[in-house]
Amino acid sequence: MVYLAALAILLVSAFWRLDPLSFSVVHRLGLTNFQILWRESVYRKIAVRTVGISAGVTITDVLLAFPLAYYAARLAGSRLKAAILLSVTLPLWSSYLVRIYAWRLILDRQGLVNWTLHKLHLASVDISFTNWAIWIAFTYLWLPFVFFPIYASLERIPGSFLEASSDMGAKWPMTLRRVILPLALPGIVAGSIFSFSLTLGDYITPTTVGNTQFIGNVVYNNVLGVASNQPFGAAFALVPVAVMAIYLLAARRVGAFEAL
Amino acid sequence: MARPTPDTEQRTPPPERARLQAAVRLEGVHKRFGDVTAVDGVTLDVRQGEFFSMLGPSGSGKTTCLRMIAGFETPTSGTVLLLGRDVTRLAPYDRDVNTVFQDYALFPHMTVGQNVEYGLRVKGVAPEERRGRAAEALRMVRLEGFERRKPSQLSGGQRQRVALARALVNQPAVVLLDEPLGALDLKLRQQMQIELKAIQQRIGLTFIYVTHDQEEALTMSDRLAVMNAGRIEQVGTPAEVYEKPSTGFVAGFVGVSNTLSGDAAREVTGSSATITVRPEKIRMLERDERPGDGECSVTGHVRDVVYLGANTRYTVDLDPGGELVVLQQNLARSSMEALEVRGKRVRLAWDRLHSRTLARSEEGTGPPGPGEEGT
Repeated sequence: MVYLAALAILLVSAFWRLDPLSFSVVHRLGLTNFQILWRESVYRKIAVRTVGISAGVTITDVLLAFPLAYYAARLAGSRLKAAILLSVTLPLWSSYLVRIYAWRLILDRQGLVNWTLHKLHLASVDISFTNWAIWIAFTYLWLPFVFFPIYASLERIPGSFLEASSDMGAKWPMTLRRVILPLALPGIVAGSIFSFSLTLGDYITPTTVGNTQFIGNVVYNNVLGVASNQPFGAAFALVPVAVMAIYLLAARRVGAFEAL
Repeated sequence: MARPTPDTEQRTPPPERARLQAAVRLEGVHKRFGDVTAVDGVTLDVRQGEFFSMLGPSGSGKTTCLRMIAGFETPTSGTVLLLGRDVTRLAPYDRDVNTVFQDYALFPHMTVGQNVEYGLRVKGVAPEERRGRAAEALRMVRLEGFERRKPSQLSGGQRQRVALARALVNQPAVVLLDEPLGALDLKLRQQMQIELKAIQQRIGLTFIYVTHDQEEALTMSDRLAVMNAGRIEQVGTPAEVYEKPSTGFVAGFVGVSNTLSGDAAREVTGSSATITVRPEKIRMLERDERPGDGECSVTGHVRDVVYLGANTRYTVDLDPGGELVVLQQNLARSSMEALEVRGKRVRLAWDRLHSRTLARSEEGTGPPGPGEEGT
């Protein structure tokens, strides 16, 4: 109830506006906030960056998680499987902040990556405090959340399905495309919802390992921070909600929830 | 029976050879999983167009044999020939066989039509031809018009038929069936037995059918192999296997069988070699009746009587030791009359032709069977 009420207030207050002179909230419905969002290129850029990096992180995580999950679920022996599951879970035992600060150190100009490259007599890379650093940190942070749903969906496919496909003349790539991927799709979508929405809503990583703002940072500044324009913050916060809604609808259209 | 010699060079034999060519031939096939020997030297010919069953208890190696023919397992040693061609090391997708799985393995994300078309689609058959052939296969299993349904909307029996249609549509050299009726209830199973056999006879494909149900194997097969502990005990027609079991294991596993050994055997046959006789072949003599010519007989008293409706089953403790189960049709007897016999002394008799002397004395633990037809 409380949760729904909070969401309702968020929705309604997005249509209020801040009086520029008195800095008080005018409780009248209007589209002023959305006009600003649309008109100011800064906000457009932040929105595009947030959604773009979220999508990039999601795609990377799925591409990393799927082969690993497939290997763990269908090929690995029981000991190797346990080792993979443990190593994927292990990072979750440490604090989120510890993990992003670790990445900050790893990617630092004098960090682990460049130290290793230097030892190997290779040119150093300078990606600390860039969008690449954000992308790498997010990909790492959310990998377990993408891995486990995919792993569960692959583990659930009966071996006889793969045998039947092969029995009817399909080689492995064909079986992957026509049998494994469609049956793993709910897991892939579930995992991608995690990585996509978690990236979309994050406001700590972008300023810690990167040097840029996400939608979350703008919302933070407006609701709790210096800008202090709560209706505008609420309006911007609706953007990720809308993006997620579109994403879920799209996922439903391709039939990702049919097997649930 | 004329045995064809294995012929690896000739992939498409001339017509008169084609009939003689074994559809499937296993030669000295062994399969070990770690320390466990699942199949222990099986040599077997399955003729073209026959309904061949592999019958045995669980763990007898029958399913492993089937999986080696399908290509899901590779034999540890030995050869698998398909129409004379060595396919021992070929992947399943390179073999002209299709399997009906025990759990049907229908793809849940595809419709019935897509499931049946799958094999053709993978091979790149044009959509119209694919649809036509799938419809044809579904008609064969009496499921026309079910193309658009999902497997989850079908009953167990219908799923079983879709699985069959999915195998038949590819017109493989051999159809392999791994206990396909195991999950169905008795009534449906009996109905499907008749139907499966009818379909097989109509299309003339070779069926290899794995089952642990001896009645099923006897009902459907042209020939069957009885397997035990990774070996073939006997190969023959249902009548041969039932009437002339070559080992104690076969006698015990296929139908109910009485075995007599030691003193009891000596009293009946004059030799201590173990003999078997089917319960329905034994008759109980009337009080003053003497056994006829060519009949052997033994006395005892009735320990137990079970009235089964059409039949009555008597368990008789024999005077020289041992017991015999006797099955009598209730031709003119009421249940009262049948039950009255309990505890009475009786004389049993049967035609000498109906008792078989077994090749070995111990049940199921002797040396490997010859892997050939019963004599």
